[in-house]
Amino acid sequence: MSNIQEFDCRPDSQQGAESSLHWSYQNQKPRSPGQNPGVQIREHALLGHLTLRGGAIVLDEAVRDVLGTTLPSRPHAINQNDAGTHSIQWISPDEWLVIVPGGEEFSIEAQLRKALGDAHFSIVNVSGGQTVLTLSGEKALEVLMKSTSYDVHPLAFPVGKGVTTTFGKATAIIRRPAEDHWELVIRRSFADYIYRWLLDASAEYGVTTS
Amino acid sequence: MFHIHCPYCDEYREEEEFHPRGQAHLARPATPDTTTDDEWGGYLFFRDNERGIHHELWVHSVGCRKFFNITRNTATYEIHETYKMGERPSVTAENLPDSQHQSGVQAATSGWQTVGARPESASLNQEEQV
Repeated sequence: MSNIQEFDCRPDSQQGAESSLHWSYQNQKPRSPGQNPGVQIREHALLGHLTLRGGAIVLDEAVRDVLGTTLPSRPHAINQNDAGTHSIQWISPDEWLVIVPGGEEFSIEAQLRKALGDAHFSIVNVSGGQTVLTLSGEKALEVLMKSTSYDVHPLAFPVGKGVTTTFGKATAIIRRPAEDHWELVIRRSFADYIYRWLLDASAEYGVTTS
Repeated sequence: MFHIHCPYCDEYREEEEFHPRGQAHLARPATPDTTTDDEWGGYLFFRDNERGIHHELWVHSVGCRKFFNITRNTATYEIHETYKMGERPSVTAENLPDSQHQSGVQAATSGWQTVGARPESASLNQEEQV
C-alpha cells in the first residue's frame, strides 16, 4: 500500500450534487423538436473519472484484476468490461483515463492502490473536473464534422477509438465506444461552451436533449 | 495548415494541436561548478537561427501532451521527420543531399539577402561611401 492519504470527495448523499452542466440547463431550455430528431444529446452526469499514470507493464496486471479489462496499449484504444460500465482509455504513452459508474471511483482507486503497492504510479480522481456527453442519431457524425478538425469518418475512427483533440475553440476527448453513439468527455470549464456549441451545431438537424 | 506526425500518438494531427518550444538538443553543462559565465550564457540565451535544416522541440499540447522533436527546413517549412525525445535525428544538414539542402534557400549574392528585393540597378546596392 502506498503511503498516500486518500479521502472520498463524493458526499454521502447525492442531494444537491450538480453536474458541470447545471448552469447550462438553467439557461438553455430543453430541446424537443417532435418526431425524428437528427441528433440526441444526453449527459451522463456525475460518473467517476480517474487519471491513471505510470508504466504500462506496471499497471496492466492491477487494472486487469480491478477493472476486469486489460490496459489498452495501442494509442487511442478504449477497453471496456463486458457490461460496458467501466472503461479505460489510452490518453498518452503513460496516461490512461478510467471512467466508472458514479460512486465507485473511491473504492476502485483504493483497490488499484492496494494492487500496485509500492510501484511508481499516480492516480488522481478527476470526477469533479469533467463530464460525459453522448451524441447519437443519424446526424451525430455531421455535428462532429463541423466541430473538430480530426477525421471522424468511420474508416479513420473505428469503434473502440478515442482521441483528445480540438472541439470548437476548446478541447475535448472524442470517443466511439459503440457503433450507434459517440461520447464527448468535456472539461468542467468548457462544459457550457461545448454544450451551447452542440445545440447550435445540431439545431439544423433537430435536436433533443435529456 | 500542416499535418504533423506525432511519434507518440503515431498518427498525423492538425498543426493547431501542437506548439513549438524552440531549439532541440540543448545539453545542460555537465559540470555546473566549473562552467564559465560565457558557457552558461550560451546555454541559456543563445540559439541557432538556421536557414535550412533545423531541429526543434515541439509539444503535442492538445493530445498526448508529450514533447518530441521535429526536423524542419526553416526556408521551405518542409518537415523532414519527427522523432521521440532521446532519439537522434536521421535527417541532418550534413547528411541531406545537397540539392535538397539548398532547395528554397536563396543564396545571398551581392549583399542582398531579402527574398524578392533585388535592386533594379546594381549601383543601388553599393553602400554609400562616407
